[in-house]
Amino acid sequence: MSILLSDISKNFGAFAALNHINLEVPEGELVALLGPSGCGKTTLLRIIAGLEHADKGRVIINGEDKTDQNVSERGIGFVFQHYALFRHMTVFENVAFGLRVKPRRERPTDYILSQKVHALLELVQLDFLHDRFPDQLSGGQRQRIALARALAVEPSVLLLDEPFGALDASVRKDLRQWLRNLHHELNVTSIFVTHDQEEAMEVASQVVVLNHGHIEQLGSPSDIYDRPANAFVSRFIGQTNIFDLEEHDADWLQTAGILNPHQEAKVAHVRPHDIIIEKSTRGHTAPATLKDWQHLGALIRLELVKNSSNGSTAPVFAEMPNDQFKQLALNKGDKVDLKIRQAHWFH
Amino acid sequence: MNAITHPINPDRLVARQQEALQDAGWVRWSLIVIAVGFIGLFICVPLALVFIQAFSKGVEAYWSALSQADTVAAIKLTLLVALVTVPLNTVFGVAAAWAITRFEFKGKSLLTTLIDLPFSVSPVISGLIFVLLFGAEGWFGEWLIAHDIKIIFAVPGIILATLFITFPFVARQLIPLMQEMGSQEEEAALSLGAGGWKTFWAVTIPNIKWALLYGVLLCNARAMGEFGAVSVVSGHIRGLTNTLPLNVEVNYNEYNVVGAFSSASILALLAIVTLILKTILEKKSSR
Repeated sequence: MSILLSDISKNFGAFAALNHINLEVPEGELVALLGPSGCGKTTLLRIIAGLEHADKGRVIINGEDKTDQNVSERGIGFVFQHYALFRHMTVFENVAFGLRVKPRRERPTDYILSQKVHALLELVQLDFLHDRFPDQLSGGQRQRIALARALAVEPSVLLLDEPFGALDASVRKDLRQWLRNLHHELNVTSIFVTHDQEEAMEVASQVVVLNHGHIEQLGSPSDIYDRPANAFVSRFIGQTNIFDLEEHDADWLQTAGILNPHQEAKVAHVRPHDIIIEKSTRGHTAPATLKDWQHLGALIRLELVKNSSNGSTAPVFAEMPNDQFKQLALNKGDKVDLKIRQAHWFH
Repeated sequence: MNAITHPINPDRLVARQQEALQDAGWVRWSLIVIAVGFIGLFICVPLALVFIQAFSKGVEAYWSALSQADTVAAIKLTLLVALVTVPLNTVFGVAAAWAITRFEFKGKSLLTTLIDLPFSVSPVISGLIFVLLFGAEGWFGEWLIAHDIKIIFAVPGIILATLFITFPFVARQLIPLMQEMGSQEEEAALSLGAGGWKTFWAVTIPNIKWALLYGVLLCNARAMGEFGAVSVVSGHIRGLTNTLPLNVEVNYNEYNVVGAFSSASILALLAIVTLILKTILEKKSSR
């Protein structure tokens, strides 16, 4: 079901956590709320859930105004960062909870309830754990049970607060893929909160970048990566080299091929893989020197130092595939020429 | 509660610590002797003495002392006081712990501090407060006399004083636990469609039940054993306003050794039972 947020504001004392947020999530999307800590993303999620109330604005789910409704009446599924499983209940009872607390008329019979719970546990591939208690499970298992529990009430929207935040890196990677597939299967409108841009890009169909309580950009992962709306988004999503025309020596920027005389903007952001490196034949007039490099698996990251006495001394990072780097046969201290494939310009 | 997995076997850790202390063997032994001697002298001997004195004139004298009308009345009154104050303070304790750990409000830290007040005030002062409020010369004294309501030197005064003395026990057990647990499980229950009342009984209570029982147990022990505050408000009317601890004093002052110690033996038994239950509950709640 679709979610519509109109003009949501929330203050905690003097701190404005959210500032006039407008957001529409179409049915069936898997949306990431992405931003640095303290940007208001969790607060926004909790307001959608009804766990927190906005000072201003409306929350509309599937055309129905839910702003003044209690969390227990909203029909949402919420998954917490630290799982929040009921520690005194078995896995089965955890998942069954949402069905057992339904009003008597809607409550399923024991037989149907048991079938439903086992079906959900099979969906998260953990039916064999149905009689265990939460503290006997691993973090990844707990989070999958928490998800099954949230799905038991057939929520109209699924909200996940940093669902992988408390897990090991390897478990996190598996679960991301798994969540994507699950969403594909169930197609329930979902919003998840994360501060990890990689996670947002990998899992979500739409990414909302938040900062200081407002939306910086909304778009598909490729939109946000290829066409960042502003310097914040560009910096936050992936690695980038920042060249400020006021700090850098203009001559150097010209020789490096970064400066475009027709540019009105002042700051260029260049992704490391948009910098092409060649061995220089220019000797001392070459723009940069190779200082060091690191293996990133398939890619090599090169750390370059500018050959210029004035201006910014920040190193420049470039990335290229492993075999290409081998072909160049570069050594530490070699002079290199740069070519910029693409830059994003900001004011 | 989440099980904490120790990468190092705790038993081995203890063994290693002991090894480190090995060379100071005489220090270890003298500390153990002091501790055991102290407990023996000041706890075991007096406890044994209570029972020795209670039975000094035989089992029959013991039973006849206990079945004296005044003693029976004292036992009944003590049970009545506990029966009224413990449930009230349980409700108060849960409510206070809930308010302090789940809501943000002005004066919260003041409330947290005030809950500890009965622990820091001398029980005699606590009793005196009620005399000053409800006694014949007190603030409400005239009004109470005019309406023929007796509080001081009557059962209501004893109950009030006991309520005051014992109200921190339950809250003090619950506040740290509920703070540590956080409210996420309750939020999860609400998001699954459970109402507030259902969430409280199905999620909150099972999580806090051992700590709650532990608090109730301590509250009960104190409610039955309180002397100072009750002594001030009771007026020591035989068969009417004497609780068990007061009955011990009255008998003792009259050189009725068997009477005093037979009543004391009931309180001592209560203490022993409390200790045993306390140990069981501590194990359960730390699981």
